[in-house]
Amino acid sequence: MSAPMVALRNVTRRFGSVVANEDVTFEIAPGEIHALVGENGAGKTTAMRVLYGILPPHAGHIEVDGKIARIARPADAIRLGLGMVHQHFMLVETMTVAENLTLGHEPAAAFGAYRRRAAESAVEELSKRYGLAVDPRACVSTLSVGAQQRVEILKSLHHGARVLILDEPTAVLAPQEVDDLFRVLRALAAQGTGIVLITHKLAEVRAIADRVTVMRAGRVVGGGALTELTNEAIAELMVGRPTPPFVVERTPGVEGVRLEVRELHVTDARGLPAVCGVSFVARGGEIVGIAGVEGNGQHELIECLAGLIPSHAGTVRIDGRDAPRGARARFKAGIAHVPADRHRRAMIEPMTLAENLILGLERDPSLGRGPGLDPAALARRAKPMLEAYDVRPADPRAHAGALSGGNQQKLVMARELTREAGVMLVAHPTRGVDLGATAFIHRRLIAARNSGRAVLLVSSELSEILALSDRVLVMFDGRIVFETTPRATDERELGCHMTGTRTGTPA
Amino acid sequence: MSARPRLAAALEFSAPIVAVALALAAGGAFILAAGENPFAIYGLIFSQCFGTGYGIGQTLFKATPLIFTGLAVAIGFRGGLFNIGVEGQLYLGGFAAALAALALANTPAPVPVLGALVAAALAGAVWGAIPGVLKARFGAHEVINTIMMNFIAFSLVAFVGRRVFETATVRTAMIPAAAQIPRFDAWLPALRGSPANVSLILAVLLALAVGVLMFRTRLGYAIRAVGFNPTAAEYGGIAIGRTQTVTLAISGALAGLGGVNFVLGYKHFFELGFSAGAGFLGIAVALIGRNHPIGVIVAALFFGALSYGGLVINQRVPKELVEMLTALVILFAIAVQQVMERLARGLR
Repeated sequence: MSAPMVALRNVTRRFGSVVANEDVTFEIAPGEIHALVGENGAGKTTAMRVLYGILPPHAGHIEVDGKIARIARPADAIRLGLGMVHQHFMLVETMTVAENLTLGHEPAAAFGAYRRRAAESAVEELSKRYGLAVDPRACVSTLSVGAQQRVEILKSLHHGARVLILDEPTAVLAPQEVDDLFRVLRALAAQGTGIVLITHKLAEVRAIADRVTVMRAGRVVGGGALTELTNEAIAELMVGRPTPPFVVERTPGVEGVRLEVRELHVTDARGLPAVCGVSFVARGGEIVGIAGVEGNGQHELIECLAGLIPSHAGTVRIDGRDAPRGARARFKAGIAHVPADRHRRAMIEPMTLAENLILGLERDPSLGRGPGLDPAALARRAKPMLEAYDVRPADPRAHAGALSGGNQQKLVMARELTREAGVMLVAHPTRGVDLGATAFIHRRLIAARNSGRAVLLVSSELSEILALSDRVLVMFDGRIVFETTPRATDERELGCHMTGTRTGTPA
Repeated sequence: MSARPRLAAALEFSAPIVAVALALAAGGAFILAAGENPFAIYGLIFSQCFGTGYGIGQTLFKATPLIFTGLAVAIGFRGGLFNIGVEGQLYLGGFAAALAALALANTPAPVPVLGALVAAALAGAVWGAIPGVLKARFGAHEVINTIMMNFIAFSLVAFVGRRVFETATVRTAMIPAAAQIPRFDAWLPALRGSPANVSLILAVLLALAVGVLMFRTRLGYAIRAVGFNPTAAEYGGIAIGRTQTVTLAISGALAGLGGVNFVLGYKHFFELGFSAGAGFLGIAVALIGRNHPIGVIVAALFFGALSYGGLVINQRVPKELVEMLTALVILFAIAVQQVMERLARGLR
């Protein structure tokens, strides 16, 4: 292997008290395609943002061609030959391809006139040289997503990039476009460009990468040449070794079906299929864990069950009755919902704790007479809830935005568990939550299970899924591809199914 | 509450006061440039506005419509909506009040005045609800549509006015006595000659009502939830579009009622152009009043004093100074608000 063109050396980067990158070392050699893999929040994007000068490192440094380089802003990175293709394209949609590529250093004639022909022929020449077919005169807004991505790559090359960083480039592409992209990347690598591919799809890593580096919880946990690593080994590195089992007393005895989902189809915000024919049941007294790499339809499944987005086809039954439409009707029908994004979905930060505890209940007759809402009744209701769920401060008048992440989540749990709903939809309940609060939330979920509720738990933390669930479903690409129990499986096997490495039920 | 959050709250609370102080200082520089002593001019404004019974009456009269329009803008902001259509809603409210009063001229005593009030509120509410429905149904932005509704209101009144105005004038006939709102100087001789009238009491009562609505009712909770975080409101099952439509209708009704100060309480007829920017000034009133009913009353008094003050200082400095001051207060209010919020965030 040749000497690295660009390297991160022992980089540490924190956000407040959260360590996003710790002692990360990462090298890119000329002509290699280097996959950087890991679960969401493992620190992949942070590492690349440090490299690209968007985030300054708190320790460690960056080397370019063996020499320490100071990259304080993206402009420095571009000057040193780094190019980055973001998940969200940085293109001016109303301009042509040539205009986008030359933006910032437009070829100018006398009096600053824009030499459009010169720009267009330069782009044409570049796209021929690298085999990236785009029309320099086309307006970006008229291009397909795949073509826009090619424009992004061309833009980096036009700026003289020797190292190209692509952040989840296939997430937005159709399978055919993925093939095209990989062809382009191989051609670029053959001409000596170093390529970093951030992804969590193992099939892609296998299809294109020469080398892989695996990150977990902010650290580099392994890697090497693809020829020396099995997919199972990479999956195990990604999700981590089995953690000691979590012991909570469980009452045995599963009751009747409380949630029944049949052939459910849901489309995402872009209108693409996100949930494709999912069927399962959840019974009273069980926790059904849904494992999966984020973005495989779990979010849309939960939002659809909560009544927040409509289903395209299929049926949902709650306690034997067809589920009504709309979030409020679903609450009434016996759904409680702890959403994944608590800041945006689950709480109103400028409102008080007491006010947040009645979200979805503001028409409850016990809270005031007629159209009135009695602040005293709100406080009376809030006080014992805050104490029972150990929310600190337990002051009903405190603003929700002033609480720590763990206390915010306990606030949401207090509200949702107090609904006395038969079915609990719980997504990433301990994300960004400290260890103490995590244990508290886990105990509460098991207590809810023991009291005869059906709990549907979505998490990308496999240890959490395995510790809490009675049954585990794995979602991949909008489908349930695997069903098992925590006793019968391990993180490694789940990791394989989550990354689409293996399908079907175990032998 | 511990010391730091309390300090943070104090910083946020003081923002409008700091903004006014800075605006007065900047205005002082212009007064100096005009060859006058800023302290003398400001002193003159203050003594004219608050030093005599007549001045107080004039200030209260000028402040009255601003309370209505300030409340209208504030309730919109609370619901996450920027109602720039308050001017048109106010204008239409005044016109509807006059028409209703004239139509009910032959009915017994409280009917004409009550009918006029209801007509003013209804006209404003309809004018506010239309952009609300357009937003809820089609996602059309309320800022654009409320501005457009202003133009339609002005043109509509001019068009209908041709049939109902007195010949060769741009005003309606005098409304019947039973529709008139009495002036304060009927009982308070100190205010003699000033047009301050009972509309002010209605304004203050409505401010209280808005406070109760916002903070003590289920609807107010829904309005604030949608305003702060529509995604979370949706999660809680609050119908966002319907809540926004209701918010704009209430906002429009408040603005429409503002028209009665002039039409029922002062001139006793409707006249083209009577609103004279009181609707737009409502935006500044809500901003300085921090969208709180009490704040709106205080801010309305401040801007009311400024607009009457502009008339009294006209001989010494250009009366445009007052318009400049108003604009400066708005500019500083926005800037200072940002600075204070950033400081407060650092403390929390």
